[in-house]
Amino acid sequence: MRHEHIETNAGLLIVLVLIVISIGGLVEIVPLYFIEGTIEKVEVAGRETIRPYTPLEIRGRDIYMREGCYLCHSQMVRPFRDEMLRYGHYSLAAESQYDHPFQWGSKRTGPDLARVGGKYSNQWHTQHLVAPRSVVPESIMPNYPWLLENRLDFSDIQQRMKALATVGVPYSLTSDEYEANVKRFGKETADLLDINRGQENLIAQARSGNYDGNSSDITEMDALVAYLQMLGTMVDFRQFDEGYFAEFR
Amino acid sequence: MAQTITTTTTEQYNYAIVRRFTIMAIVWGVLGMLAGVYIASELAWPALNFDIPALTFGRLRPVHTTLVIFGFGGGALFATSYYVVQRTCQARLYSDGLATFTFWGWNIAVGAAALSYMMGYTQAREYAEMVWPIDLLIAVTWVAYLWIYVQTLRRRSQPHIYVANWFYISFILATAILHIFNNWAVPVSLFSLSSYSWHAGVQDAMTQWWYGHNAVGFFLTAAFLGMMYYFVPKQAGRPIYSYRLSIIHFWALIFLYMWVGTHHLHWTAIPDWTSTLAATFSILLLMPSWGGMINGIMTLSGAWEKLRTDPVMRFLITALAFYGMSTFEGPMMSLKSVNALSHYTDWTIGHVHSGALGWVAMVSMGSLYHLVPRLWDTKMYSDRLIALHFWFATVGIVLYISAMWVAGIGQGLILRAFDDYGNLLYTFVESVSFLYMPYVVRALGGALFMVGAVIMAYNFYMTARQGRREQAELEAKLAAKLANA
Repeated sequence: MRHEHIETNAGLLIVLVLIVISIGGLVEIVPLYFIEGTIEKVEVAGRETIRPYTPLEIRGRDIYMREGCYLCHSQMVRPFRDEMLRYGHYSLAAESQYDHPFQWGSKRTGPDLARVGGKYSNQWHTQHLVAPRSVVPESIMPNYPWLLENRLDFSDIQQRMKALATVGVPYSLTSDEYEANVKRFGKETADLLDINRGQENLIAQARSGNYDGNSSDITEMDALVAYLQMLGTMVDFRQFDEGYFAEFR
Repeated sequence: MAQTITTTTTEQYNYAIVRRFTIMAIVWGVLGMLAGVYIASELAWPALNFDIPALTFGRLRPVHTTLVIFGFGGGALFATSYYVVQRTCQARLYSDGLATFTFWGWNIAVGAAALSYMMGYTQAREYAEMVWPIDLLIAVTWVAYLWIYVQTLRRRSQPHIYVANWFYISFILATAILHIFNNWAVPVSLFSLSSYSWHAGVQDAMTQWWYGHNAVGFFLTAAFLGMMYYFVPKQAGRPIYSYRLSIIHFWALIFLYMWVGTHHLHWTAIPDWTSTLAATFSILLLMPSWGGMINGIMTLSGAWEKLRTDPVMRFLITALAFYGMSTFEGPMMSLKSVNALSHYTDWTIGHVHSGALGWVAMVSMGSLYHLVPRLWDTKMYSDRLIALHFWFATVGIVLYISAMWVAGIGQGLILRAFDDYGNLLYTFVESVSFLYMPYVVRALGGALFMVGAVIMAYNFYMTARQGRREQAELEAKLAAKLANA
């Protein structure tokens, strides 16, 4: 019996186990980096409409992760009739291409949030986050009153943008990178992606957006609501032919 | 005489490390189950969040999963694997110092992870929430674990490596690979606990569920099969049913598991070919899974009466039955049409717990009931308490998973219901109201299971005390005899 060779030789056993357990992962993960069409092309007039997050949105997303929102809310609309009626167009791979890490989630104790942006007012979001049952009586979501009390810490925002740039998000540090972003996303967006102006942009967006209804302080609520209001709003599906995105699936 | 036996066993084997991991497994287990019952209750009664950040569901849920998977499950695996490798190789564990290092490394990582989530530090990737310094600590600890294991195997006085060790070694190797590749991230700075993962979007989802499902496949299955292959035949006093079956199902299991992670991503933005591959391999996986179950249960053939007389055997065989059930349910849920309904609902939570409580926890508890009296060189304090624990655990699991079937299938159907005009029949929040009763029953089931674990902890404490007292009495007698002589 040949198996005897394996079970009497620890080195051989280890090598064979390593080979056997590596195959599945290699076949399924590696091609996703190389197969074209894994991520849809979403361009309007030669410009990419899906952009990396603004500094304020980055911090909002950090808070979303800190509070474990992904444990009850998905960010992935599936291509079913009920989901499209309830949430909107199914999610594209391109829409989470700058998500480090992805936040698709695995459980809907609350509704999907992939397209929550723009559906409710800033005031509603603030009220809902502070006391969910004051606007949705049947809700079982925890209250998050501290979001309104905590001032947003954005002292390391530029460090964060640099770290994200290291993993491949096109934030610009040099003027060459900035010019490339202007070509790719347009000037208005490229300005927001400039690491050197990170702090300044964050403050400006929080001031002009005034997401938490309190213009004197920049709170964690400002950042989180800014993030939520952006979710799912970057693709204008009216600009694309029906069936265009289906080709990528 | 008895004392000389004890001293020779202590010299021959390192039982001290097994005892320490056993104790920590139980401590983390009870704490983790307490966290589980608490978050289950928060879903039924949201007032329990108390507006305290550290107690909210989102922060406590990873505390629960980390404590039960890595604290309880991991602790039980360290304890049993260190015991089994020594017994089956008839060799002492390699390096006491390194083994002690794995004890501190692992338990500090688990404790620090739980505290850091409550403080809001997380990577926000399910079952891999630990921040990067903890990931590094785990990686170093794990390499030490692998090294100890391989060096001990090399010291064996038997030519053959026993089947339990194949499973343990594949679990150690696979966990190392999964942990390292899934946690690849860039820290914000050297002094920041925040980091951003290397992968993004689709690739990140793929990598995460390749990790996530193989945490189930290797950490919670292959390793516990290793446990089963030692403790079931030992407790039954009979050899493994089929050697041939163990070979076939071992290689098939470790090969197939690595393909199936994407069934957590059916109908998402991941390319269809990956999810189709995953569904196909998930169906195939039924066969090696049941191979393990059959091999375990049939080991008892000819000694079925033990189910009536031996409460420890009852734990082990019930664990295998739950393993068989959840490895049937899993492939079924990986079918795309079933998954369309079950995904994102509590059905998944129920499925996980029929595996985690029914299989992982029950087989661990059965193995610990076999192990603890041997570690403290005495008999179990109370067999009746073992029987009582068994019923608390079993009734708890049945309540839990039935409640989750109702919740999951119910919510799935409510969300896809249309009226005669093709409009959605229910709003989302109506499905949340529906979940109230199932959530109450689930919390009750979890509480029963936890009470069972507390009974076990008490029984172990009394057993260890009894062992120490007997030891002291023996030593006193021996000293008296020597004085008289």
